[in-house]
Amino acid sequence: MAAVTIPYKQQLRREARAEGVFRVLSKTAALLVLALLAGVLISLLYGGWPALKTFQFGFLTRTIWNPVTEQFGALAALYGTVITSLIAMLLAVPVAFGIAVFLTETCPMWLRNPISTCIELLAAVPSIVFGIWGLFVLAPVLQHTVQPWLIDTLGDIPLIGKLFRGPPYGIGLLTAGFVLAVMVLPFITSVMREVFLSTPRSLKEAAYGLGATQWEVIWDVVLPNARAGVVGGIMLGLGRALGETMAVTFVVGNAHRISGSLLAPGTTISASIANEFTEAVGKLYTSSLIALGLLLFVLTFIIIAGARLLLLRLEARGARI
Amino acid sequence: MSTGNLRKRRIIAALALGASGLATLLGLAVLAAILWTLFSRGVAGLSLQVFTQTTPAPGSSGGLINAIFGSIVMTLLGLGIGAPIGIMAATYLSEYGRGEQLSTVIRFINDVLLSAPSIVIGLFVYTLVVLSMGHFSAIAGAISLGIIVIPVTVRTAEDMLRLIPSSMRQASAALGAQPWRSITRVVYPAARSGLLTGILLALARISGETAPLLFTALNNQFWSTNLSQPMANLPVVIFQFATSPYKNWQSLAWTGALLITLFVLALSIIARLISSLFGTGESRIE
Repeated sequence: MAAVTIPYKQQLRREARAEGVFRVLSKTAALLVLALLAGVLISLLYGGWPALKTFQFGFLTRTIWNPVTEQFGALAALYGTVITSLIAMLLAVPVAFGIAVFLTETCPMWLRNPISTCIELLAAVPSIVFGIWGLFVLAPVLQHTVQPWLIDTLGDIPLIGKLFRGPPYGIGLLTAGFVLAVMVLPFITSVMREVFLSTPRSLKEAAYGLGATQWEVIWDVVLPNARAGVVGGIMLGLGRALGETMAVTFVVGNAHRISGSLLAPGTTISASIANEFTEAVGKLYTSSLIALGLLLFVLTFIIIAGARLLLLRLEARGARI
Repeated sequence: MSTGNLRKRRIIAALALGASGLATLLGLAVLAAILWTLFSRGVAGLSLQVFTQTTPAPGSSGGLINAIFGSIVMTLLGLGIGAPIGIMAATYLSEYGRGEQLSTVIRFINDVLLSAPSIVIGLFVYTLVVLSMGHFSAIAGAISLGIIVIPVTVRTAEDMLRLIPSSMRQASAALGAQPWRSITRVVYPAARSGLLTGILLALARISGETAPLLFTALNNQFWSTNLSQPMANLPVVIFQFATSPYKNWQSLAWTGALLITLFVLALSIIARLISSLFGTGESRIE
């Protein structure tokens, strides 16, 4: 009997030890996610410190970017990042809303799955493909059709006309905004579709019962009910657009300046880093690029964290309903 | 709700819904336009040479074999680094730490990292690995891809593990199994197809990643199998070739882009098929 019990006890002990190891391993892996965030922040701060110390607050407010005299400011890149992302949002949000409405309301049932699959496949296309498509296909089209038209029709209007002046280069902030819009479209669409689908049936039926048209149900019932989710989805798309690198690098033009026109070449934070990092000579140049990366990380972190908080709240609310 | 007469309201409804249909057509047209260009230009440069020769000098003929090889090596290494960590972290979130405050924080941070700009990951690995090694290397490229894999795997794996009903864990525990045995022998097998889907999606995500490789793996004009040296890879070659003025380089860039896109789309479709064929755990058990 004893001969049986001892190995059994040993086995129990071994099991318990393995349990301890497995538990520690899984917790370590989970903590690694936090360490990753901290590591990214610390390494960027460390790498960007020389530039931040040299230029101090001026790093954020100056547009100069001169590797020869070693004077660097982030404003031009920051401007390009924000402007291209805003253009992308202006173009993508209405289209994404339209697609989400179509897929949840008007589309025949048998077509819903194939179309959503196609839109989601658009999200799987690597960003570099959007970049080379933007450079070789979209930019020439914009240069020969859309941009001359914009210059002719909007260029003479006071105030906003300034945004559409200058020669149509093809590449520039506007083109980058177009490419980004195509890229973020599927992300925003899929979040909107999810939140529209989460609208309680009874609410919609009540509105129909009061005699509302299909559109009034969407605009006055579904949309207000899904507001937090829609804003969350838009911010998630914005976060992607701000940080997107390859799609923008091809078409933005890579010029460190702020010109009033949207048609002019510019640069974004990610495009500057992608273009210049491996060729940067001198500690201050490299450090300035890393400081740009820090700026981008903090910016996108705030936007994405905000978006996630909104979506979390919605999830919690959805569970209660 | 608007108070106008019924006819006006109906017209507005028809217009708005018509516009939503047009928006959908627009989205599909863009996808079609991208795929069509990619095929017509990519197929033009497609030949056996692409798979047998290394990247050429400007103006001479050559292929992409060193870049294809490098991409395969680095994505597989990246997956090997990131997927086990991701699945272990998901195991903590779904099994040991379920309901704990720490898990909520980790889940949130993970969701943020999921959408963080990948170029920043490149900078991180540059300061961490490239600077300490003193030069660019394939292993640095693989590490940066591995870091991108982690949040993707954590997210999908946790969702899949949570779908496994707790009655299965309880049944296993009632037989005297320690939690880790229940997890590895009962929960993982039950969630197998879901976990596989997650890994395929992570693979799809990193196959086209370019930004984090630019200053970690760099590029290499020649055939190289040395992990501690710069290694060619498809995304960076596409970037370099597409922005060059040379016709033969541009043509190879399109071919490379076609190869990557086909691979990534195939992975996404396979992942979808697996999750719809085998269910997501839930539907299979109930």
